[in-house]
Amino acid sequence: MKERRIPAIKDGTVIDHIPSRDTFRIIRILNPQEFKYPINLALNLDSKKMDSKGVIKINSRFLTQSEVNKIAILAPNATVSIIKNYKVMEKIQVKLPEELVGVLNCTNPVCITSKEIVISKFKVLREEPLEVKCHYCERVYGKDEVEIKR
Amino acid sequence: MNFKGRDVISVRDFSKSDLIYILKIAKEMEKEKPKLLDGKILAALFFEPSTRTRLSFESAMFRLGGKVLGFSDEKVTSVKKGETVWDTIKMAERYSDVIVIRSPVEGSARLAAEAASIPVINGGDGANQHPTQMLLDLYTIQKIKKKIEGLKIGFLGDLKYGRTVHSLAIALSFWKVEMCFIAPDALQMPEHYIKELREKGIKCHKTSDVFEVSPKLDILYVTRIQQERFPDPLEYEKYKNAYRLDITLLDHIKKELKIMHPLPRVGEINAELDDTEHAIYFEQAANGVAVRKALLALVLGKEK
Repeated sequence: MKERRIPAIKDGTVIDHIPSRDTFRIIRILNPQEFKYPINLALNLDSKKMDSKGVIKINSRFLTQSEVNKIAILAPNATVSIIKNYKVMEKIQVKLPEELVGVLNCTNPVCITSKEIVISKFKVLREEPLEVKCHYCERVYGKDEVEIKR
Repeated sequence: MNFKGRDVISVRDFSKSDLIYILKIAKEMEKEKPKLLDGKILAALFFEPSTRTRLSFESAMFRLGGKVLGFSDEKVTSVKKGETVWDTIKMAERYSDVIVIRSPVEGSARLAAEAASIPVINGGDGANQHPTQMLLDLYTIQKIKKKIEGLKIGFLGDLKYGRTVHSLAIALSFWKVEMCFIAPDALQMPEHYIKELREKGIKCHKTSDVFEVSPKLDILYVTRIQQERFPDPLEYEKYKNAYRLDITLLDHIKKELKIMHPLPRVGEINAELDDTEHAIYFEQAANGVAVRKALLALVLGKEK
């Protein structure tokens, strides 16, 4: 029998196939301190699809589309499963939109978005490895440089 | 081709046919057209000092019969009181038919274009874009060489921070040209630009020795080491005198080589080269008027 590293959840969300190194970054952008119910996470798990993966199980909480988009920035191959009564009701393959609106901060200190109240807009130039470009100052950011709004 | 109502913000907004059309109209604008923009008002909003860009936009508007209002110093405006670019534009669009904005804040021209219902032209936004400079550079190359295709173009100086180099290289990549990037390693052309150019089939060569490549070049585009873009003043001191071209350059170039510079220069080209047939930087600056006349006429739908 397959060993279960994290207990199954009755209702909630399971995020699977996260690159291990990005598991903590993903947990942070989901603002876990505001969740009322337990969150379980594991990383450095063996995976057939990738070198080593992370899994996050969130009890009694379903993710919004904006949260799923944020996950796609760091883990474009992740799967998000909606669990109800221990059963997978829906499996969503995350998908990075062509444009990220209000999701990222531009960290260029002389970008207009750092000076005035402007909704940030980034164009996705490439998914893997991630490359996004600020619509305003046109600076290009890689995966380790992007700052995701919380 | 219809440019009426279009904004001119970034080199990325243009196709090759757009560029060819603008160059064609710029050539026509070398002729006097004193009534073309009669009754039109340009709002020239300069949030930082500028000599050539502001004067040539004003000259272009006056020569086409239009009028100019605006400011050339942020300190005399309500921006000093905390007014945003957005609000400044919302006001200016009601006083004018077309806006030129220059600001040290990157992306402010793009935001201005989103705020305004009238055309906005970027007169330079920090280290980001300066599309009218790119167009006048392209116009100068075509005017002097009668072609762009097949040229070998050297870029010398601060290629890391130099926005004019970045924009011009991207624009030139629509044609089959060869590019040489001449700079100390620390000021070399950013790798993502080289990669993009190579993906478009452009032959790129990097060196720190100008004489290694100068005998092959048709154009040498020289830029200033820009003190204001260096995060560390000590770094600037290290590189400010990296290149100082003088008369000895003439022993290492083709007879047809032309030297360009977006100006201002601070010693990278010795004045003794000014009177040689190679120097075209003042002509280049003068071409700014024809190109800006073309852009003003095009975005106002009055080029014919």
